Amino acid sequence: MIRLDNATKVYKRGARPALDSVSVEIERGDFVFLVGSSGSGKSTFLKLILREERPTGGDVYVAGRHLNKLSAWRVPHLRREIGAVFQDFRLLPNKTVYQNVAFALQVIGKSRHHIQSTVPEMLELVGLSGKERRMPHELSGGEQQRVAIARAFVNHPPILLCDEPTGNLDPGTSVGIMRLLDRINRTGTTVLMATHDDEIVDQMRKRVIELRGGQLVRDQDRGVYGLERV
Amino acid sequence: MRLRFILGEVVNGLRRNGTMALSVVLVTFVSLMFVGAAALTQMQIDQLKDDWYGKVEISIFLCPENSRNERCAEGAVTPEQEDAIRGVLEDGALAGLVQEVYYESREQAYDKFVANDDEGIWSSLTADQMQPSFRVKLSDPEQYQVVADATEGLPGVDVVRDQREIFSELFRFLNAATVVAAALAAVMLLAAMLLITTTIRLSALSRRKETQIMRMVGSSRSLIQMPFMLEGAVAATGGALLAVAGLFFGVRYLIEDWLRSSVTWVQYIGTQEVWSVAPWLLVIAVGLAAIASLVTLGRYTRA
Repeated sequence: MIRLDNATKVYKRGARPALDSVSVEIERGDFVFLVGSSGSGKSTFLKLILREERPTGGDVYVAGRHLNKLSAWRVPHLRREIGAVFQDFRLLPNKTVYQNVAFALQVIGKSRHHIQSTVPEMLELVGLSGKERRMPHELSGGEQQRVAIARAFVNHPPILLCDEPTGNLDPGTSVGIMRLLDRINRTGTTVLMATHDDEIVDQMRKRVIELRGGQLVRDQDRGVYGLERV
Repeated sequence: MRLRFILGEVVNGLRRNGTMALSVVLVTFVSLMFVGAAALTQMQIDQLKDDWYGKVEISIFLCPENSRNERCAEGAVTPEQEDAIRGVLEDGALAGLVQEVYYESREQAYDKFVANDDEGIWSSLTADQMQPSFRVKLSDPEQYQVVADATEGLPGVDVVRDQREIFSELFRFLNAATVVAAALAAVMLLAAMLLITTTIRLSALSRRKETQIMRMVGSSRSLIQMPFMLEGAVAATGGALLAVAGLFFGVRYLIEDWLRSSVTWVQYIGTQEVWSVAPWLLVIAVGLAAIASLVTLGRYTRA
């Protein structure tokens, strides 16, 4: 589903590469944690997959597409195959919960009929039935992140990228979010989650990919957060 | 769905950026006014040329007696010389350019002169003192110089006059006015374009969150950029419509109602000329907005 072959990214000529010859393969339906300290290359890793950046070396394949050769006008089609969730939720503050989720479908040209049947379904999946008309500021952080997940998943993309989805949430709320992500994973969706949250990683016992200084230092099935604790 | 979405975004953007949108409208309005005024001035010039050049003719004055012109040193023109000149005009290389030639004798010139002299100031003149001439009507008035060059050196010709010289000063003035209007228009158009650029940029910045999400969920670049482009285009088109209205009322009241009744000997342009300029003004406005969008949007809503 996602494959990096010796992917290297150098932002400024002569600078230390942000990602240094990383090779990883993630299969359909995998749940993978991407860990590493700040500046380890996690964000660059995600940006290469989203084709927000192009690799300076090596190859990147996502959902059957060779991203090095993907022309700019095909990028939107790639993005429709990837749902993305962020630490800061990125909801539209002047739209209701329902409108925020519907927005993702509107702007890729789905019919009103399709939207009206899909959005409530999705809100039910994330456990927000009955809160359709709330504004984002009326919700707790955990609820806002659920809206963001609903928006990312409403189009049923085969891949869900999560960049520190629990970074702004307390541990109890985080567990709920992880349960939701796990449920989404069980529908066959590939989930790749970048995180700092060692407790979650240790609890979930999923595959762990660790980056340090732009290099892949660990790729372990059923791993835990820190190497030293293995 | 998409159309409704785009239109909604356009209305939203214009409302949120109201003052900027208004300034775009006003600047395009003024600049397109100048563009239109320059175009209309040129149309007026063409109209005057068509009108007047059709009436004017070349006068080939023939040597009178006792002329001080050295070309006429041999005395008054002889009938043989007159025939030779007529031959050049009617049968020679010039025949294609000349529409009509008629001869004005001394006596005819004298009669005409006296007829125009109501107060009898020139009553002491006699027909002998008048100059005979050929009056030549050209099939193409622009070819004046060719005819003048060909006839000027012929024996018996005193001087060749083109009546158009009388108008050339006026045309020079109108042409200069066109240049001034066009130069102002160019500066204003540049200002309009920069302003549209800024407006689009502000609009894009204020809706950064939306566009970011749209990119993230994979909406096409055209859908992301369309509302901003349309905003610029709508504002610019508003300016163009105002400019057309301004030109229409200007021509209507200044030319049709006022000049046409006070200076009657001129053929004026009218409001139908404004309508022929109007589509071009709209094209310029939309083109302006399109260029500004292309310059700006690539950077602010990149994929």
